[in-house]
Amino acid sequence: MENVNNLRNQLTKTITRPIEKIVKLFITASAFGAILVSISIIFTLLTEAINFFQDPAVTFKGYFTATRWTPTFQNPEYGVIVLISSTLYIAVIACLISFPLGLFSAIYLSEFATKRTRKVIKPVLEVLAGVPTVVFGYFALNWITPNIIQRFIPGTGVFNALSAGIAVGIMIIPTVASISDDALNAVPNSLRNGSLALGATRRITSLKIMFPAALSGIIASFILGFSRAIGETMIVTIAGGQYPELNLDPRSAMYTITSSIVNVSLGDTPHGTTAYNALFALGITLFIMTFILNIGSDYVARKYRKEYE
Amino acid sequence: METKETVQVNNESVFNVTDLSVSYGDFVAIKNVNMDITKNKITAFIGPSGCGKSTLIRTFNRMNDLILGAKVNGTITYQGVDLYDKMVDPVQVRRRIGMVFQKPNPFPKTIKENITFGLKVNNMTDNIDDRVEKALTQAALWDEVKDDLDKNALELSGGQQQRLCIARTIAVEPDTILMDEPCSALDPVATKKIEDLMQELVKEFSILIVTHNMQQASRSSDYCAFFTTKTSDDGKRRTGELVEFNETSVMFTTPDKELTEQYISGRFG
Ligand SMILES: Nc1ncnc2c1ncn2[C@@H]1O[C@H](COP(=O)(O)OP(=O)(O)OP(=O)(O)O)[C@@H](O)[C@H]1O
Ligand SMILES: [Mg+2]
Repeated sequence: MENVNNLRNQLTKTITRPIEKIVKLFITASAFGAILVSISIIFTLLTEAINFFQDPAVTFKGYFTATRWTPTFQNPEYGVIVLISSTLYIAVIACLISFPLGLFSAIYLSEFATKRTRKVIKPVLEVLAGVPTVVFGYFALNWITPNIIQRFIPGTGVFNALSAGIAVGIMIIPTVASISDDALNAVPNSLRNGSLALGATRRITSLKIMFPAALSGIIASFILGFSRAIGETMIVTIAGGQYPELNLDPRSAMYTITSSIVNVSLGDTPHGTTAYNALFALGITLFIMTFILNIGSDYVARKYRKEYE
Repeated sequence: METKETVQVNNESVFNVTDLSVSYGDFVAIKNVNMDITKNKITAFIGPSGCGKSTLIRTFNRMNDLILGAKVNGTITYQGVDLYDKMVDPVQVRRRIGMVFQKPNPFPKTIKENITFGLKVNNMTDNIDDRVEKALTQAALWDEVKDDLDKNALELSGGQQQRLCIARTIAVEPDTILMDEPCSALDPVATKKIEDLMQELVKEFSILIVTHNMQQASRSSDYCAFFTTKTSDDGKRRTGELVEFNETSVMFTTPDKELTEQYISGRFG
């Protein structure tokens, strides 16, 4: 009996010390604070966007079918298709650059590089990821456009979708590379050994065993890269121009969602006007696009994690 | 005390190991190994944990090449050819000398693809279905999986996975199979299946197996090598050495060395 009581005492909850209570309160408050901030952002966007659609000059149909985005003109048109298509267009160029390059560097890093090379290249990639996007923007405008694009592709304007897309692509390479590299590294080494022990070369092992095994993680890196490309602002504003009409020529300027947001908020568009409220409709549009992509990437990543648990 | 133990055999040998030592960086994991491995026999490696059994078995198909800092000294000849000759391609070596690992490691692909992968890699793409069936039959797995060859291999039980790994290894028709504790993750029933399987396979293949299971070694091997670790003079590092290499029947009844006797009877290690 004595022993049982002793044991019970030892197992009894110790009284929570006040400091622990405070820490717990603080942590809970921060978590809820973050959620609250997100909710209020969405709320603001939504209410202002609703104001935008209440203007009789704006119709849902017009928003999705007009082929010009000219909110500040005499006869304003609000064709968001112009902006969405430009955004996707530049994002696709960026992906054409960043997916293969990012993936190849990931495969190189995880399958072929020696430890020492890895130690050099990984930080370089991280530095690349840390370069402010405004630098990429001017790099596109002042270097890529005159030295590469205008030299090889005649008829290219100073502001053009191609150089903006390329610069955004370069900016995203580290994201794609580092997440794909993580995915490849998460594949158990035993699979690699199993393949090599069957007489497979390193090349075949990486392409036929490691790559498919890491595929969902790699796809997640692509989705995330794509969503970064869509949300990228500075580069496209500086190098991509503001051409307000539907246009699919990569040599000419375009007008992405983000750069039109910048344009309106930097300009002298008065508060409360429809042109100003259009900002929030765009914000919501952008939010929905990246939100869907992030959920997609989360879903793929989760599916992938399941496979090896 | 330099151990130089070589079994006198009349049978043809598949490997000749001479003065072999393996180190990781400047740490010598195992040294002074001399042994001849007989063709179409089962040779078991036993010994306490850390004595270098895995390290040693990996030298037979150059899997140690993949470990950074691993270095092999001495010679292993395979049917007369020095495996560590500069001109030897480890990929070609591994095509002839297959390996089954401690933990079943099927590819996250279908059962069939697990087998066809090795076949494709080795350009054995003629009669592919027959080859798949033959390998799975030899690995005593065919009856259990013949109706769901397109099922993901990760859905098989551990024992089935290990037999699949054996099947994919023998599908590419190696002539030697290395097995590093192939049953350690399996229950007794699955273990028995793999032991029976080894008796079948040894008619065609030479088998080297690392095991911690004394019964398994005595039941299923023809030759047995006992290793132990010797502590270095400064007492910091433990290097593996071959203590005794003998016919299994002799080793488990009248071992030459006192140490072997102690280990086998469970009084040490
Ligand atoms: N990749 C490695 N790098 C460095 N040292 C290693 C490596 N692998 C093994 N060793 C060391 O080499 C020695 C022998 O290891 P090994 O795995 O060959 O032993 P083992 O006999 O297979 O043991 P077990 O029965 O536990 O599997 C150990 O001291 C181990 O720490
Ligand atoms: Mg081992």
